[in-house]
Amino acid sequence: MALLDRTARGLFLWELVKGMALTFSYMFKPRVTLNYPYERGPTSPRFRGEHALRRYPNGEERCIACKLCEAICPALAITIEAEPREDGSRRTTRYDIDMTKCIYCGLCQEACPVDAIVEGPNLEFATETREELYYNKDKLLANGDRWEAQIAANLAADAPYR
Amino acid sequence: MTLTAIAFYAFAIVLLASAVRVITAKNPVHSVLFLILAFFNAAGLFVLIGAEFVAMILVIVYVGAVAVLFLFVVMMLDINFQELRQGFMQYMPVGLVVGAILAVELVFLAATQLAGGPVGGQANNSPIPPVDQVTNTEAIGRVLYTDYVYAFQVSGLILLVAMIGAIVLTLRSRPGVRRQQIGQQLDRKRGEVVQVRKVPTRGGV
Amino acid sequence: MSDILAQLGTFWADLPLIVRIVVGILTIVVPLLIGMAMLTYFERKVMAAMQLRQGPNMVGPFGLLQPFADGLKLLSKETVVPTQANAGVFFAAPMLTFLLALVAWAVIPFGEGLVLADINVGVLYLFAISSLGVYGIIMAGWASNSKYAFLGGLRAAAQMVSYEVSIGLVIVTVLLCVGSLNLSKIVEAQKTVWFFIPLFPMFIIFFISALAETNRAPFDLPEGESELSGGFNVEYSSMTFALFFLGEYINMILMSAMTVILFLGGWLPPLDIAPLNWIPGPLWFIAKITFVLFCFIWVRATLPRYRYDQLMRLGWKVFLPFSLIWVVLTSGVLVYFDLLPK
Repeated sequence: MALLDRTARGLFLWELVKGMALTFSYMFKPRVTLNYPYERGPTSPRFRGEHALRRYPNGEERCIACKLCEAICPALAITIEAEPREDGSRRTTRYDIDMTKCIYCGLCQEACPVDAIVEGPNLEFATETREELYYNKDKLLANGDRWEAQIAANLAADAPYR
Repeated sequence: MTLTAIAFYAFAIVLLASAVRVITAKNPVHSVLFLILAFFNAAGLFVLIGAEFVAMILVIVYVGAVAVLFLFVVMMLDINFQELRQGFMQYMPVGLVVGAILAVELVFLAATQLAGGPVGGQANNSPIPPVDQVTNTEAIGRVLYTDYVYAFQVSGLILLVAMIGAIVLTLRSRPGVRRQQIGQQLDRKRGEVVQVRKVPTRGGV
Repeated sequence: MSDILAQLGTFWADLPLIVRIVVGILTIVVPLLIGMAMLTYFERKVMAAMQLRQGPNMVGPFGLLQPFADGLKLLSKETVVPTQANAGVFFAAPMLTFLLALVAWAVIPFGEGLVLADINVGVLYLFAISSLGVYGIIMAGWASNSKYAFLGGLRAAAQMVSYEVSIGLVIVTVLLCVGSLNLSKIVEAQKTVWFFIPLFPMFIIFFISALAETNRAPFDLPEGESELSGGFNVEYSSMTFALFFLGEYINMILMSAMTVILFLGGWLPPLDIAPLNWIPGPLWFIAKITFVLFCFIWVRATLPRYRYDQLMRLGWKVFLPFSLIWVVLTSGVLVYFDLLPK
């Protein structure tokens, strides 16, 4: 009987039929992939993307040039130079991040006492040349202005866990 | 009419030229490719005389199967032609004799044909049926399975013997070869080969 | 309306023969090339659906223009010839593949009387042309002078020769039931019942052999991306590659058309009743071809690639004896019940 069963299954290509039926049934299942540029998966508030320098609501930049981020950066990607401004406050004259060195560990934003340097939610900052990835202070501040709403929301969402 | 004439000369010229290239080409693979071209043009000539069945069979059997295997073998064997040529003068007399015999035979055949005598010893008493009544596939079938049925069967037998001979010559039982037993593989049941065990922590199986 | 048609008819008949032939060829080749482009799109979409993906959807509406974008990309690329390659054969191979794929379409009947060359040995012609398809691949494999390409070429040679045998025997079975080698007559013989019903096992064998003959998954060993990194077409780029690609897909459509003609009743509707026989024959023909092509893609989405020795075993030890037995069985049944076509 087992022999008969096996022969019948072999002759009628039973396993092939089963496999084909399976793939056919999958044709009518909903897609699992996203139509990426138009649809996106959710990102965590802790997502560590492109860097940004934030400002206070009155427009004053937050960074006080304490150089803690520079000190903690394990990839030595951050370079800071500082001088007192005309009004006597301590500010950076130069704040560069080499994005080609950065490992996106997030230690800079952990170290920052005033939440000035943060890693924002943006991950689409690919460029055509390496030079474009050497960010200076202007670029970082512009990033901060651009993503401030989301960065603030993310920080607020994460605050209870800190 | 002129169109067929042009086609005939085109096919014939290409056929002859490629036949010459088969034996003159330095590279054996090129030789085989020219041989295929020659087969093709021969098939074209068959079509021109209205024998499309023979033409198609020529293409299917010779071009589609035999020449593929030729090519296969020639490509696989890395023949060194310098080495092969070395014994050429030694075999020259034998080759000449064989060639001469073949040529004489051809001349005899052509002579008897021209003199109006029968070819093949036996009168061809079934006339070729007119083309517009019987397709030439059917005509060949009629001749092949009536007048020449024994010859046809015998040629089949000879091919069978050749095939069996080739198998016998190459078949040898080699000990220690592990072969896939597909039947056995398919026959396995999950219960016979997979066992779920409760393994005690740090106890091992 | 009929007046205009009649005028068109006389105008058509007045045209010189050469013009009529060229127009006939173009009416087959142009839709065929567009159909081939659509087939690549269709394949990608169906495979995507079966693998729960999106498939191409960016170029044009629903990504419909994707194949044309791909074609343009291939055209604008550089043709690379390996230094050690045999240049003549290297360029002849893709041309041959493409040419042979197109030439076969001359005898395919799209509807009643809608055929470019209604020759008496149509099936043999198709069989001969499809058996020549292997040359393009072997020549490409040899001329590239690359190990992968060569292995691909050798595999193709052995594989296609093996599966031609069973295809031949399947065709013989069909011919036994028809009594003619003419493709139109083969279709007309299926007016009572399509041959895939009485000859179902042969239909399956033919379909599987067609997969092997067109180098489609699960028999795509000559290409074998994962083991031969592209097989016979490793060294090809740009237009030469495009020609291989075109040839391969047109061959796919051709083998589907052959399956339809031999087993699925060609241009005939499934039942000769009112709503079905209003649809013109060529549309039925195309619909059936699309169905067979869907099966080709469906198989590709389902099955993994065969191992080479298993492929040979299937061809010689399973299909050949089985189809031989079936040929004898069919002829026996036909003779015993006196069903042989006159």
